[in-house]
Amino acid sequence: MKNRYYKYSIVIFLIFTFFIFYYGLKEKNIYTPDDIKTKKFPNLILNDFYTNSETSFDDILIGSNYYLVNIWASWCLPCREEHPYLVQLKKNSSIKIIGINYKDKRDNALKFLDEYENPYLIILTDNNGMASIEIGAYGVPESFILNKEKKIIKKIIGPIDKKKFNEIKELIKK
Amino acid sequence: MKTRIILYIIFLLLAFSKSSFSNDQKLENKINKNLRCLICQGQSIYDSQSDFAESMKLVVKQKIESGMSEEEIYSFFKIQYGEWILYDPQFNTKNFALWLLPILVFLVGGIVILKKFRVSKKRL
Repeated sequence: MKNRYYKYSIVIFLIFTFFIFYYGLKEKNIYTPDDIKTKKFPNLILNDFYTNSETSFDDILIGSNYYLVNIWASWCLPCREEHPYLVQLKKNSSIKIIGINYKDKRDNALKFLDEYENPYLIILTDNNGMASIEIGAYGVPESFILNKEKKIIKKIIGPIDKKKFNEIKELIKK
Repeated sequence: MKTRIILYIIFLLLAFSKSSFSNDQKLENKINKNLRCLICQGQSIYDSQSDFAESMKLVVKQKIESGMSEEEIYSFFKIQYGEWILYDPQFNTKNFALWLLPILVFLVGGIVILKKFRVSKKRL
């Protein structure tokens, strides 16, 4: 009787542990905050890519229903994959695209834009990467969709692909 | 005599400035060791040299210099990236099993060993 009790408790314990690990490993390890919708985009001051003048996000984020803030670099290969989608989005009048050039060489970034077309309304530079951390980015490329109240309504970690592109289009239709 | 006093004061000032510098450095290292690297997620930013880890180190340094406390810096990163970013997460409803399980296993194991020990002692 006692032996049986031991066996059952061991089996229950093993099943319990198995499920903890099973669900733990299945879960995505890239964390997106739950309250992201209530988060306002920080008003950072960065240098303009072309003029080098100090520009704040509050000065840029005006006059549109939606904004897409895209962190990119010429050395980042996935950025090349997502770039055509950004160029297509540029044609949509309800969204403004703002670029943050992350730790890049100016000449290389210019070449990149020449080669792939410039979808950005304005580009700001983040030479030491601190602004991207203040925003809460995980890597390059990364995109934040903001509404007109400057609140983050969607965060895309990694490159924009066809599926995500359609999601953005649906989102800005509303 | 006067120069001696002046030299003494300079020495004291230097000593104090050095100690405050090393305290900041110690705090910076402590925080860096407790923050997870976003790219190489098995490493702390202290050990990592990825671009994002380097940027995070700069942010930590800047926040210390601006007078933020260790807790305030952690809460800044927690708001941005969640509890996940900390290597030493706080006890909460999501992770209570991980905190309590080892203690539970230790207690149950202890009771089992004690019982076996008593049984074998009785047989003797």
